[in-house]
Amino acid sequence: MIVADRKPLEEIQEMIAPYDNIMLVGCKGCVTVCNVGGLKEVQILASTLRIARKKEGRPIQIQERVIERQCDPEYVEQLRDTCDQFDAVLSMACGVGPQFLSAAYPNQRFFPTVNTTFMGGATQHGVWEERCAGCGNCITHWFDGMCPIARCSKSLQHGPCGGSNHGKCEVSKDIECVWDLIVRKKIEQGRLDDLRKYWAAKDWRTARDGGPRKSVREELVK
Amino acid sequence: MSDNGFKSGSNLEKVLKAGHFAFTGECGPPKGANLKHLNEKMSPLRGVVDAINVTDNQTAVVRMSSKAASALMVQAGLEPNFQMVCRDRNRIAMQSDILGAYALGIRNMLCLSGDHQKFGNHPEAKNVYDLDSMQLIALVKQMRDEGKFLNGEDIDEPPRMFIGAASNPFAEPTDFRVYRLANKIDAGADFIQTQCIYNMPRFREFMKRAVDMGLAERAYILAGVTPMKSAGMAKYMAKFVPGMDVPAELIKRLEGAGKGKMAEEGIKFAIEQIEEFKEMEGVAGVHFMAIEWEHKVPEIAERAGMLPRPKVD
Repeated sequence: MIVADRKPLEEIQEMIAPYDNIMLVGCKGCVTVCNVGGLKEVQILASTLRIARKKEGRPIQIQERVIERQCDPEYVEQLRDTCDQFDAVLSMACGVGPQFLSAAYPNQRFFPTVNTTFMGGATQHGVWEERCAGCGNCITHWFDGMCPIARCSKSLQHGPCGGSNHGKCEVSKDIECVWDLIVRKKIEQGRLDDLRKYWAAKDWRTARDGGPRKSVREELVK
Repeated sequence: MSDNGFKSGSNLEKVLKAGHFAFTGECGPPKGANLKHLNEKMSPLRGVVDAINVTDNQTAVVRMSSKAASALMVQAGLEPNFQMVCRDRNRIAMQSDILGAYALGIRNMLCLSGDHQKFGNHPEAKNVYDLDSMQLIALVKQMRDEGKFLNGEDIDEPPRMFIGAASNPFAEPTDFRVYRLANKIDAGADFIQTQCIYNMPRFREFMKRAVDMGLAERAYILAGVTPMKSAGMAKYMAKFVPGMDVPAELIKRLEGAGKGKMAEEGIKFAIEQIEEFKEMEGVAGVHFMAIEWEHKVPEIAERAGMLPRPKVD
């Protein structure tokens, strides 16, 4: 899923400083799962902003909404009745949300309240880690279910570099060296010969380097 | 292949091929366009080493380009070993720089992943890593031996480089390091320069494995030596430099030498290492990295019996 982090409160306060009547829209997709932009987070952020503005002597009206998914025009349409009534709209979805909202409501101004960070999953309660770089050509089966493109700081296909240190990446002790994990697993499972292979230079055209991407499923296109 | 039987015909290649024990040095280009500074660093190495590694924005700190500094060495009649890292260039820039380097008279290249930009003075930078060091080695070999770019197109006048790669015998996971070395030799490395060695028993073991695997017959392995200037430097390296194995006995030995005498003790240890490497099976030379101590190299080379350097035509 897509993982995101809430923007600092000060940054959001600055965005909405000129406005007195706004809507805050959450999303029940990924950001709900990673506890950053679902119903609960919408309620907390709205209350926090209201209290802060009241303290400043400039109370603000905030309408709270949560829609199924902000990355789907069908659900974005559900805001049709009210969206243009507000001075501005805050999105609590990933970076896709404000863009789909802006496209549907060109007269409204939308502000992001979260920073999209990566594609990954929860490794323990409250901890999410990056697992996929969206390179468009999955090779995790070459490396026993681990992706060095996403998880090696240098995206090495032939690691580990000299910076692998006690199983950690030289970049930070908080980053596991995925190459250390790959090598250990190959050795444990008697497949070290796999790591004697040479992998040709990757074709990055399927990644973001080929320009913004589009998936077309002919059978679904009407 | 060139007609004369050499892959590149560099001095380093000739020295190694003739069976001499090679001695290479290293120079970090200046943090500026300061030619005088570069000259001061490379002059002491004249006639003292067979080739001089020119680092490529080492530790991700911006410096004069390694290609330009290498070309300046060629102009000055010195032989560079042009270092190229994968951090800052995509395959287009790499191939272009390889052609340019060759046209400028550069004949040795060392292919590296490169330190992550996090360690440098522009940590905000976007990195590249289009290719990794293994793929860079294979690229330089393909350009030289097949006369083709990575896309398969013909090169008009292929660059003939003597291809180098790095190996760190002590980095983790250590069991894999000799295989990674083998992979680099398979990919096309003609010579290998190792990370600085301080733990001699572990290096002996590593070399034994490399020799047993036949690697020393397929590439020239140069053992990395950096003299310790003080016990403080040794402790720092032991603690903060990943993949560096500095035994406690060495730190003790440096401390035991006492204040003002540690640098000499560090040099003594380096000379003892060189003497042992000369006799060690599979070791074809020494890569001497005197970090910001280039002026000391002639004296150390003399004391280690590395002078005069062989002249091979």
